[in-house]
Amino acid sequence: MPNLMPALPEIFLACAAMAILMLGVFRKKDDMRATATLAVVAFAVTALLVSGLGSERTTTFGGMFVIDGFAVFMKTLVLVASGLAVVMSVGFLEREEIDRFEYPALMVLATLGMMMMISANNLMSLYLGLELQSLSLYVMAAYQRDSVRASEAGLKYFVLGALASGMLLYGASLIYGFAGSTDFEVLARTFAGGHGAPHAGVIVGIVFVVAGLAFKVSAVPFHMWTPDVYEGAPTPVTAFFSVAPKIAAFALFVRVMVGPFGDLADQWRQVIVFISLASMILGAFAAINQTNIKRLMAYSSIGHVGYGLIGLAVGNAAGIRGVLIYFAIYLFMNIGAFAVILSMRQKGRMVEGIEDLAGLSKTSPMMALAMAIFMFSMAGIPPLAGFWGKFYVFMAAIDAGLVTLAVIGVLASVVSAFYYLRIIKVMYFDEPVESFDRPIGRAMGAILAVSAIVIVAFTVVPSPLVTEAEAAASTLFGE
Amino acid sequence: MSDWPLLTITTFLPLVGALFILTIRGTPDVVARNARNVALLTSLATFLVSLLVWVYFDPNTAAFQLVDKARWLPGSNISYHMGVDGISMFFVLLSTFLTPICILASWEAIETRVKEYMISFLVLETMMVGMFCALDTVLFYVFFEGVLIPMFIIIGVWGGPRRVYAAFKFFLYTLAGSVLMLLALLAMYFQAGTTDIPSLMAHGYPFEMQIWLWLAFFVSFAVKVPMWPVHTWLPDAHVEAPTAGSVILAGVLLKMGAYGFLRFSVPMLPLASEYFTPLVYTLSIVAVVYTSLVALVQEDMKKLIAYSSVAHMGFVTIGIFALTPQAVEGALFQMLSHGIVSGALFLCVGVVYDRMHTREIGRYGGLVQRMPKYAAVFMLFMLASVGLPGTSGFVGEFLVLLGVFQVNSWVALFAASGLILGAAYMLYLYRRVVFGKLVREDLRSILDLSGREIAVFAPLVAVVLWMGIYPSSFLGYMHASVANLIDKYQLALSAVDAVSMAAR
Repeated sequence: MPNLMPALPEIFLACAAMAILMLGVFRKKDDMRATATLAVVAFAVTALLVSGLGSERTTTFGGMFVIDGFAVFMKTLVLVASGLAVVMSVGFLEREEIDRFEYPALMVLATLGMMMMISANNLMSLYLGLELQSLSLYVMAAYQRDSVRASEAGLKYFVLGALASGMLLYGASLIYGFAGSTDFEVLARTFAGGHGAPHAGVIVGIVFVVAGLAFKVSAVPFHMWTPDVYEGAPTPVTAFFSVAPKIAAFALFVRVMVGPFGDLADQWRQVIVFISLASMILGAFAAINQTNIKRLMAYSSIGHVGYGLIGLAVGNAAGIRGVLIYFAIYLFMNIGAFAVILSMRQKGRMVEGIEDLAGLSKTSPMMALAMAIFMFSMAGIPPLAGFWGKFYVFMAAIDAGLVTLAVIGVLASVVSAFYYLRIIKVMYFDEPVESFDRPIGRAMGAILAVSAIVIVAFTVVPSPLVTEAEAAASTLFGE
Repeated sequence: MSDWPLLTITTFLPLVGALFILTIRGTPDVVARNARNVALLTSLATFLVSLLVWVYFDPNTAAFQLVDKARWLPGSNISYHMGVDGISMFFVLLSTFLTPICILASWEAIETRVKEYMISFLVLETMMVGMFCALDTVLFYVFFEGVLIPMFIIIGVWGGPRRVYAAFKFFLYTLAGSVLMLLALLAMYFQAGTTDIPSLMAHGYPFEMQIWLWLAFFVSFAVKVPMWPVHTWLPDAHVEAPTAGSVILAGVLLKMGAYGFLRFSVPMLPLASEYFTPLVYTLSIVAVVYTSLVALVQEDMKKLIAYSSVAHMGFVTIGIFALTPQAVEGALFQMLSHGIVSGALFLCVGVVYDRMHTREIGRYGGLVQRMPKYAAVFMLFMLASVGLPGTSGFVGEFLVLLGVFQVNSWVALFAASGLILGAAYMLYLYRRVVFGKLVREDLRSILDLSGREIAVFAPLVAVVLWMGIYPSSFLGYMHASVANLIDKYQLALSAVDAVSMAAR
């Protein structure tokens, strides 16, 4: 009988998912208020369990499953993101009359998959978690099944996602074939010390795994699905996609690269550096001409992944600390920005054009202020929190001597500042055409306010997050 | 009372006012009136607090004074560290002095979104003051960049017809320059293990590294100064910004670059500073001569003054890199004087712009007949800009030339030619606007300065004359810090000379 305690949050969440399904099936009314509430409660309880278990490194299920400080940090982020995403979804889905009870259940299942990914300590459990997450997400992308765009997005995501999963699986099998194990700890011991270069088969395997993971975090050159899926999927689903799965996949990326393959860093670093550069540059340039705000956010998220990858390319505790801080801040910026996008309704119908934000500062000044804060923060302008995310990854990069990467990174951030500024320009400098429907709802207002306050307040009280991130990052390096 | 965190109060008091304005509710008229009042009171209070900084400042030491220190970012030596020395103290005062004047100058000129405007200005003041007080490189960077946000909004929302273009150009130019500085700051952090500016000044860097760091800083500061050829954002930003925005831009924001040279490039990277001095001289001379010539042919008053700012800042950079006591003090004095004078000149343009809604020089002429008070005020500032003895402009330019002449007489020669050209374009401007015949019909009914405008100009006139007639009350506070700066610079150079002699 394996020790079930470390997996208690996951077990609880799995039970909660089934309970939500049951409740939905046996209730006569087909709405999602009840199940959504239950999902939020489940996320909250799970978060408590996660933090209650502590950050002592423990493995279970024959070493397939691990919890440590890193897992606790990342799981908390994912749970916060998922909980907020559920809250943000309710109003939208009700208005679109697709508020069916499966939606929260799918979200809980996807989150369960993400938590499995974060705790994966074996290529097999990695794949298990990844697929549970992905399958739920494919369905969610096509959730608005009467919409052609949403169905197309779901199908596209599924086909490309399956391809990526296949690549990852192929890479895993190569690694197993040449290294003899799928267990991260065994692999780490195999490659430890660096007895010369590993077999070429292992390298090829790693490259395939990196390609599969790069797809999941939507890094260039595996980003092609992102704009289409972000644009086509229902907006709350896009909001969810841009945060929770991205953070989870990135956690997995970090765990795989610095865990089993940590001693091969010299072999894979150039690959990560390349996709990091390509993501930053593409994210900066491709977003300039977008007119749809969801597409713009897609390119923006590609760019942000590029910055996160800088920290991974560095590959030491400082780099991973940068990644953790980056994504914690990214979470709030993105949730906040999507709360604004979800409030973009004119005469009862959703609008998605950037031009529709025109004159927002006159029609709803507080919302415009919040959006301006998010945009300046994403552009990385101090004193807002987004700056510190970049600051910590660049700090790690300079320390590790990756100066070229850092220089190109900051220059790309100047280019990307252009399109963030464009949104501010539209909101503040242009005259209003038509105002958005009011009110935006209490939950949405609260999410906006909290995100904006977090972004502004981080500069004043940085220590809680930075300390936590530092502790979480160091657990990966056994310090 | 001197153990109060004076600098922190000075820095964040405007922010408190901004938060207060944010909570004002009511009908648009009431909101606008209250926002104006709160902004003016807050900025005046800030100015009074900053005067205490001057009172408690000890001119006999080069050390940083009124230091506030607190833990900030965990796990690194990055802390909240504020303090002033003889170099930075007057810039704090300059910022707090100009802000209430700007708010008063915008009293009637800004009619739309007054609340947001006042918030932007107060946030801007916090950023400016904080930047001059910061004694930690990361803290410095946060304020240095933070200035962009309110300024972008001020130009873009309340600016002229091409405001969007100007705002973007301003923002992206400055951002592109300063991100490289961020990397340089990080590199210095890893080299020296601290971001504390006083400690960094005591740390010596290898020559090779100094070159790269210096270039990264130079890109950032040169854009801010602005030096030729990266000055092109300035005329656009000035022309499109509202009057008060131009005042702050010319008065304080341009000083940030030169201040950066004095705070970072010279004391921390002395070898590279010496190595690149010819480059700075060359660019500065081009700026002085070329932009003066460009100013001669301008048709727009604000653009003319903007180009004159580039030329005047050329003097400042020459003075800084001449690195003799007179030259550096002259540069500092010139910065303060230019901050007041160019700000005042933009206000002068604003006065007629508010009445006629055009800045085209050809649309004016003969104003002296209808506006004698205005003509007198404008003349004073015009002559101060030219550098007439008895005004603040003379002292700075004279000291710079005096200092530079000892180091490099050719540079002094070219720089001096800028004085002549400066007189040419300013007098030409003044003649076309104020003298001549009053031919335009619509100018016949133009009104002279109102009571509020006199209140705006009176403190500026007083300060310009005070600085021109008794400059010691300012220079006296600079001596110790400037002498210390130059001593350390010479020491660093001679240490290297000794090493290379020994190697032979």
